[in-house]
Amino acid sequence: MALDSKIPEGPLADKWTNYKNNINLVNPANKRNIDVIVVGTGLAGGSAAATLAELGYNVKAFCFQDSPRRAHSIAAQGGINAAKNYQGDGDSTYRLFYDTVKGGDYRSREANVYRLAEVSANIIDQCVAQGVPFAREYGGLLDNRSFGGVLVSRTFYAAGQTGQQLLLGAYSAMNRQIGRGKIKMYNRHEMLDVVIVDGKARGIIARNLVTGEIERHSAHAVVLGTGGYGNVFFLSTNAMGSNVTAAWKAHKRGAFFANPCYTQIHPTCIPVSGDHQSKLTLMSESLRNDGRIWVPKNMEDVLAIREGKLKPTAIPEENRDYYLERRYPAFGNLVPRDVASRAAKERCDAGYGVNKTGEAVYLDFASAIERYGKEQATVRHLDVNDKALVKKLGQEVIREKYGNLFQMYEKIVDQDPYNTPMMIYPAVHYTMGGLWVDYNLMTNVPGLYAIGEANFSDHGANRLGASALMQGLADGYFVLPYTIGDYLSKDIRTGKIPTNTPEFDQAEKNVKDSLDHLINNKGTHSVDHFHKRLGKIMWNKCGMARNAQGLQEAIVEIAELRKEFWRDVRVPGTQNEYNEELAKAMRVADYLELGELFAKDALQREESAGGHFREEYQTEEGEALRRPEFQYVAAWEFKGEPKEAVLHKEELKYENIEVKERSYK
Amino acid sequence: MKLTLKIWRQKNADTKGKLVDYQIDGIEGDMSFLEMLDVLNEQLINKGEEPVAFDHDCREGICGTCSLYINGEAHGPDRLVTTCQLHMRMFNDGDTIHIEPFRATAFPVIKDLVVDRSSFDRIQHAGGFISVNTSGNTIDANAIPINKHDADTAFESATCIGCGACVASCKNSSAMLFVGAKVSQFALLPQGKIEATERVLNMVKQMDEEGFGNCTNTGACEVECPKGISLENIARLNREYLAAGLKG
Repeated sequence: MALDSKIPEGPLADKWTNYKNNINLVNPANKRNIDVIVVGTGLAGGSAAATLAELGYNVKAFCFQDSPRRAHSIAAQGGINAAKNYQGDGDSTYRLFYDTVKGGDYRSREANVYRLAEVSANIIDQCVAQGVPFAREYGGLLDNRSFGGVLVSRTFYAAGQTGQQLLLGAYSAMNRQIGRGKIKMYNRHEMLDVVIVDGKARGIIARNLVTGEIERHSAHAVVLGTGGYGNVFFLSTNAMGSNVTAAWKAHKRGAFFANPCYTQIHPTCIPVSGDHQSKLTLMSESLRNDGRIWVPKNMEDVLAIREGKLKPTAIPEENRDYYLERRYPAFGNLVPRDVASRAAKERCDAGYGVNKTGEAVYLDFASAIERYGKEQATVRHLDVNDKALVKKLGQEVIREKYGNLFQMYEKIVDQDPYNTPMMIYPAVHYTMGGLWVDYNLMTNVPGLYAIGEANFSDHGANRLGASALMQGLADGYFVLPYTIGDYLSKDIRTGKIPTNTPEFDQAEKNVKDSLDHLINNKGTHSVDHFHKRLGKIMWNKCGMARNAQGLQEAIVEIAELRKEFWRDVRVPGTQNEYNEELAKAMRVADYLELGELFAKDALQREESAGGHFREEYQTEEGEALRRPEFQYVAAWEFKGEPKEAVLHKEELKYENIEVKERSYK
Repeated sequence: MKLTLKIWRQKNADTKGKLVDYQIDGIEGDMSFLEMLDVLNEQLINKGEEPVAFDHDCREGICGTCSLYINGEAHGPDRLVTTCQLHMRMFNDGDTIHIEPFRATAFPVIKDLVVDRSSFDRIQHAGGFISVNTSGNTIDANAIPINKHDADTAFESATCIGCGACVASCKNSSAMLFVGAKVSQFALLPQGKIEATERVLNMVKQMDEEGFGNCTNTGACEVECPKGISLENIARLNREYLAAGLKG
């Protein structure tokens, strides 16, 4: 089957405008007769649900959390990009487009990325109108900061809680529509299958997580804004409940899964402390605006630090290796995430890691504290040579910028980052891969849409910082509401979709069979036992560096683990009640399939690109080596077992940007 | 660390609950409180018993899902943290720890330590928004400068995570801090002032209908709030409510 990305004709900058001018619209009276299901209420799902309801559609929205406000977009810290050029530092729509395509290592789709850059400015206008309290300067205008992989300041932020503020904005827009009765909200509901009728997505099967009841919901279109699948690694910065189930069920019903191996391993996370660990905590990339990353130059210092005989603050400047500044002078500490993560791994693999496990590097704020302190002392006409005063003033500035992050770090690690450098290490954070979608954000299953992190389209092989929030809101507020109208315009005479049909019967039976099996299995090990083992395979063989042998082993090991899971998992309790173990078991069952496809995808991609680093394909300097014959999207079709999946290629064409070596030196 | 846990077990909303004792060993100071419960649950599952149900999700103190009333305090003995950020280094070997759900009429128990906080959502449906469509065709984001102090204060109010610790800590089960935070956020911004009157009246009305109690200014909510939402938000709520009443 040929993949048609449905990119509109015409010059890049005019595509979206021309597209909007030529699509079919649904008149307001007809919208009242059309139902749309939105699964997931993060930035993408929440903004889509609110906007579709405003337009007049009847929206049913689902989330597994107890409130839409708790979707994991809430945990995004650093900011949101927009090509506003408020700083007058040379930013433009084209430059944001360029940075995103380059940052993604030339593995994303030009037209989608350009559209994203084009609507980015509207997002900021919209959010301010909704009462999102972004950071401001003393003159009352919006403040910006820099993120990795770019040379301008285009990131808008609200301290270290930008995701929270944007999500609460989308939540408030939803609340307005819930209050009007235009969104019917289903909290504590998990989608367990998508229902296809005559080749079109027409509904879902959901489980009420409080009562255990299995429910049928129909609609004229189904939108998945269900996030990424980083939890396939067990340990990640994702929330405990984040899962791939909705996207995976869609895949099993025919939707292609694209580039599953593109995973973002975020360079600045709090290192693992022990086997009990349930999740990893991110320290925002925004910290790299002011923090400098280093390890000691000398091995004796490393050993002394590990033994607790030496404090990092006692190591003089000349004995520190600021390895990002050394290797990448142009971008320094603000290189993109994939580059920064690999560089940390390289130093730690060489033995320079600074904690007991040897898997940590320093993120140091001392020079920023001194710089800001001197600036404040000058502004306030105080003594710039008073070291204690300068430090205090500098710490106040840092507290205002990153206070919540520093507090989080202190609570977890029990060390004060104002006075000693943070220890950080890379951790799984975001997945660029996801359901394949065309320019309309529709999967290859008609009427089934995927938005936000759940789709694959905008970030290529590596996402730039502060671009996830941008994409989620762009998709939900400004893109999907147009594209879905074009599709639904053909449904104005369809009428309500009945749920008493064989398609719903069959999907419901499928779900119930799985639940029955898990509850009645009475095996010997808990769900977490299997999830942790899967995570170890993924981290060791499909993690920051991959090779053919490891990936081949992973494919076999994951398939065996999956068999063992179905044979031996123990799920306590019953189906018809609140049962978190049962909910977890259903999610892990899907991860055990996705993991295998992930490894298969990584194996076929015989190149390094962005977050996908194949050891066999690197430059002499150890940088990722892209290969032109892999300039395509790998879209996988489900064929019964993950290993049977069939590869479809969407060739990527770059007509407005020159594909060249991605250098940050 | 060896601990005795007294945990509230309740099968569902319709059955009576009780405290059940559990002994647990091998707990380390680096574990979070929820990771300690993970260890307990793993042991219970392996013994063929039902694990303890508790709400949690992000485990980094921002989603507001986790709750728990630990030794008589919402989110436990530490300050400015949620239960998921509470670490076992706050406890000592041999301690007995009481773990109960957040209790309030408006937060009925679903199971064990899991409560239903949808009353908070319904208050937000009543007015926790600015009535602006999401077309993107609004004015430029910098068209209205906002005094930095007001913007920062609005932000501080907006950092409420909706966990319900304020209600659980209040002897009257009042939701004034939660409602005050949202009313304040919008009242402080020019965009929110336009609907300020209707907003505060509608949100307070819904708050009363949900069965939350009145505020008697004990300040327990502020002390226990994991995000440090200040009592000024309640004062502002009262001012806004009074002003709205005068306007009719």
